[in-house]
Amino acid sequence: MTIHAISIEAPVKRKGAMRALAGVRTAAGVLLLALAIPALAQEAPDALVKRVSQEALQIIKTDPKVQAGDQARIRDLIETKLTPHFDIDRMTALAAGRAYRSATPEQKKRLGEEFKTLLIRTYSSALNQYRDQTIDYKPLRADPNATDVIVRTEVQKAGGSPVQMDYSMQKGASGWKAYDVVVGGVSLVTNYRDEFNGTIQASGVDGLVKLLSDKNKGGAAK
Amino acid sequence: MNDVKGAPTISRAAAMLSCIALLAGCAAAPSRDDPFEPMNRAAYAVHEVVDGNIVKPIAQAYVDYAPRLFQKGISNFFGNIDDLFSFINGVLQNKPEKAGHDLGRVITNTGFGLLGLIDIASEAGIPKGNEDFGQTFGYWGIPQGPYLFIPLLGPTTVRDGTGWVIRAYTTPIGYIPDVPTRNILWGIGYLNERAQALQAESILDQASLDRYTFLRRAYLQRRQYLVFDGAPPPPKDDDE
Repeated sequence: MTIHAISIEAPVKRKGAMRALAGVRTAAGVLLLALAIPALAQEAPDALVKRVSQEALQIIKTDPKVQAGDQARIRDLIETKLTPHFDIDRMTALAAGRAYRSATPEQKKRLGEEFKTLLIRTYSSALNQYRDQTIDYKPLRADPNATDVIVRTEVQKAGGSPVQMDYSMQKGASGWKAYDVVVGGVSLVTNYRDEFNGTIQASGVDGLVKLLSDKNKGGAAK
Repeated sequence: MNDVKGAPTISRAAAMLSCIALLAGCAAAPSRDDPFEPMNRAAYAVHEVVDGNIVKPIAQAYVDYAPRLFQKGISNFFGNIDDLFSFINGVLQNKPEKAGHDLGRVITNTGFGLLGLIDIASEAGIPKGNEDFGQTFGYWGIPQGPYLFIPLLGPTTVRDGTGWVIRAYTTPIGYIPDVPTRNILWGIGYLNERAQALQAESILDQASLDRYTFLRRAYLQRRQYLVFDGAPPPPKDDDE
């Protein structure tokens, strides 16, 4: 499994670093730094999901500004903590379907930006709803060399049936990124496909961008 | 809802509506799953007004102000009836292990948990099933049929709605001889159900561009997932 592969690898590399330390201190510093970067990028997908969701939950539970509903603070946290771990381009492409291919680069960029905001706000509000509940992380069942895996988690509600929350993840140049979240069997990306299709048919990609942007500015859904 | 047939009246109306829709629905075919979309959207609009102004505020007040222990007891009591139906449907789907768990839960909670008010079985770690008639029909290979939105009851399909009607006619609540008691239980059961949907609803509000469309796809995805016990076949994608 992926975790094992990494934990075996890391000590070997560190041993190399130790030897360097004994020699030239500065060189060792540089070497350690160089080793740390790939180690971070190679964080196993299940470990990544666990770390990021726990961090997010922790912030939701403890940050006074977030609890007071400070939008700027929430947005800032989302940008720095959550967004880097989602493959927004892929999600947008999946949700927008055929129309995405014929969209201009400018349209794709704006659509991605707005969709990102909506997704992350939705994800945070879902996490917030389940803040008092515990998350179980299921062991990852995947080939160590797999580049596309599903990380399964289970949100345990006190006294209720648990809700499955699964993350579809793909490995890219900058490590693992989620491209779909499936809650209780409901795929977020699939769900948006219907909405996007309808709007694109009626008012084009620009119409969809405008609708998303209105929604993100706080206009209530109708 | 003034007698045992009170609740099913709604679905009879639904059945009638869908007959009308069958005649009228040919005008537009917006979605494969939702051939009656214009009618459903009208029903949804009615639902929004009635639910939003009356039912939802009551359900919210219930969640906010009713004693936690009371809410818990109510939710357990109706959960016990769910377990009974989960057992029956586990048998109908030839899932002896699941059915066994559910039967064990019903016996434990009915016998030792004050007719289900206390969920001892969960404390004891007996897993709770969630089978229902709609899932059984799906398991048997019956297609879901057209999507339907019924005011005050929410999203369903012809298949799931049929399952709902069977349950409404067979639930033990309907066999309680004292009419006022029975009616109160119908009412509380409805409130309990509505209250439990509030959380998911707030996420839906945040997530959706068009609530009708979003709810429809979420409902259909969820049902498909349940029919296949969490491992539905991958959806047929025409493109990415």
